[in-house]
Amino acid sequence: MIERAFRGTIGYWLWLCFLSALALAGFISYLRQLDMGLGITGMGRDVSWGIYIANFTFFVGIAASSVVVILPYYLHDYKKFGNLTILGEFLAVTSVIVAILFILVDLGMPSRVLNVLIYPSPSSLLFWDMVVLTGYLILNIIIGWWSFDARVKEIEPPVWIKPLVYISIPWAISIHTVTAFIYSGLSAKPFWQTALLAPRFLASAFASGPSVLIILCFILRRWLGFNMEKDGIKKIIVIVTYALAIHIFFMLAEIYTLLYSDLPSHRSHLEFLFSGVPGNRFLIPWTWGSTVGSIIAFILFLMSCQKRDNLIIFASLITVFSIWLEKGFCLVIGGFIPTPFEEYPKYVPTIFEVLITLGIYATGGIILTILYKTVVSFRQSK
Amino acid sequence: MKKIILGLILFLMIAFLPLGYNVYTGKTAYIPVIKIPEDKRECVENVFIMRKRHNIILEKWREASVRQGIKKYVSLNGTYKISLSGTCLGCHSDKTQFCDRCHDYAGIKPRCWDCHNIPD
Amino acid sequence: MNRRDFLKITGILAIGAVSHQTAMILSSSEVKADQNKKKRWAMAISFSACVKREGCRDCIDACHIIHNVPEFTDNKDKIRWIWSSPYESVFGEQANTFTKVMLKNLSVLCMCNHCENPPCVKVCPTKATWKNKDGIIMIDYHRCIGCRYCMAACPYGARSFNWKDPKPFIKEINRDFPARTKGVVEKCNFCEERISQGLLPACVEACPEKALTFGDLNDPGSDISRLLKTRFSIQRKPHLGTDPKVFYLF
Repeated sequence: MIERAFRGTIGYWLWLCFLSALALAGFISYLRQLDMGLGITGMGRDVSWGIYIANFTFFVGIAASSVVVILPYYLHDYKKFGNLTILGEFLAVTSVIVAILFILVDLGMPSRVLNVLIYPSPSSLLFWDMVVLTGYLILNIIIGWWSFDARVKEIEPPVWIKPLVYISIPWAISIHTVTAFIYSGLSAKPFWQTALLAPRFLASAFASGPSVLIILCFILRRWLGFNMEKDGIKKIIVIVTYALAIHIFFMLAEIYTLLYSDLPSHRSHLEFLFSGVPGNRFLIPWTWGSTVGSIIAFILFLMSCQKRDNLIIFASLITVFSIWLEKGFCLVIGGFIPTPFEEYPKYVPTIFEVLITLGIYATGGIILTILYKTVVSFRQSK
Repeated sequence: MKKIILGLILFLMIAFLPLGYNVYTGKTAYIPVIKIPEDKRECVENVFIMRKRHNIILEKWREASVRQGIKKYVSLNGTYKISLSGTCLGCHSDKTQFCDRCHDYAGIKPRCWDCHNIPD
Repeated sequence: MNRRDFLKITGILAIGAVSHQTAMILSSSEVKADQNKKKRWAMAISFSACVKREGCRDCIDACHIIHNVPEFTDNKDKIRWIWSSPYESVFGEQANTFTKVMLKNLSVLCMCNHCENPPCVKVCPTKATWKNKDGIIMIDYHRCIGCRYCMAACPYGARSFNWKDPKPFIKEINRDFPARTKGVVEKCNFCEERISQGLLPACVEACPEKALTFGDLNDPGSDISRLLKTRFSIQRKPHLGTDPKVFYLF
């Protein structure tokens, strides 16, 4: 079945070559990071987590969000999500791999990563994160592959798939919850220390993940003539709209609590994000961009421009970008500034850091391309 | 079929190239010679154990000293302070003549020296 | 020599296998027998004595030399076991407009607080950092994977990460103490290596004004216990419930 991924047009191969070149550039940069240490990144003693962990958080969200297509399809027998479910599952597989790669490149001693298994520490949320992410990856590979196989052969999927699907639904929620708990359980970081963090993560994930799926569907249709169920896409747009509404509501609730309660240790982070301090305002455009972006995206989706594809793509792109900014830059980096010593350091990713990040994106891109190519060529051959 | 056999032969040739090279250069009988301290009679355990298990002893020392705060080691040969730089290198003062000889031969690169300092 | 100091694994070695279990049983039973003698090491820093010498760095230098702490020039790479920061930033939550003026020049000595309830220990995914039986927060540099979760969890900014290979930045290597490698987290260890030999921590010993007092809180007769019973003391961020074991005296 996978052999279909190795027969393609010149454009297909050029695309794969482009991704491989990017992945290679990332890999070479990573070798340099291994040699020189994490000092070649923009991270430092004050902002000790940067875009690697930010991206990790974002992609765990994308992985978890596949549940919004899986749940209606399997639990409510919503047949119009048929093709979307396969795409969603493969997107989840890719995102989990990407998330794990981001954790790996962030480690100072990657050669010792197995210590997490050799000395399991249930008191650490990172340990649990490894458990749920690995489990989710395995679950999705099994479910995705066997149900795709069943569709190809036009038979019913094996009976044992159903229980696995039922497990995978709460499991998807768990991966993003555990990721939120990594942050929200720290007494040292008042900005993260909110019970709303896990629900917020889920709401924003259910907006950004399906938006990625919408964009992918349009790409598949435009360049490969792969037609998705129209009603399915419409339904996804509705889901994204609701998720965005909840996301914005949560965000405003958070802002209200931080501002009105007026606790200096909590409020200072928010103030830094939205207005900066003299001499250090580097996060302002990103914070405002992400906040305004999600509101604009919400309005665009709400205006129900379902007939105008370009607007939907535009809205989806804004959603993905603003949530990437919100979860990554604003949340992770904003949590570190100000420091426990009330200093306001700067964090700017270096070229190596960006190349490694792009390299991981490209690796994910290669995996996704091959998986989707398999799905598409099977559909078209029918 | 022919192609497969040809491929296999080629593979075996490449795989055994290093062995052939060593036979050709007469290195097969090479055994690393290490410099043993002259004034000391025996190590913390007898030679046979040290040769086979020094890495495991060192690992146990590490766990005991760092994690359990046990700083002394008792064997039939006496009582020793658990210390790589102090005790081990105290006698085996020349790391290049002792440790490295075998490690290089076996192609092993222990990372101990990244942090543990070699006494002058 | 104390019986508990010994690790008796002779003989078993000769058979060919180091018996991990035997060593473990021996040491664990001995730790248990020792429980009533548990120490609770703590430090008291006197503001009034510390300010007497302006610009004095004796304790910092003593610690950093003895522990092979590198000196990076770039601020973001900096590693510190003990350092001083303005009163306003260390005790920011209790600084007011008057103390800001009054204590403008007060530098506060900071180090790992060796919390009774350490947030860094519970987040470590490999048990590379732990609280030892005497209450010191230890790091196993052999096990640390460099995830820096403990750095994010420490409310006191006491932990530093080796962003680069530290060796070239160590002025003069002290061969009695190991250095660290790039990719691991490090911090003050309350001079565990010196205490086990019956010595005082290097910073305490180095202070010309005797501003630092170190001792066992479990011993009511120790200097530090008596000091803390008679003088007003504060801790950093006590509201977090970490119960720091570094006290500041007025």
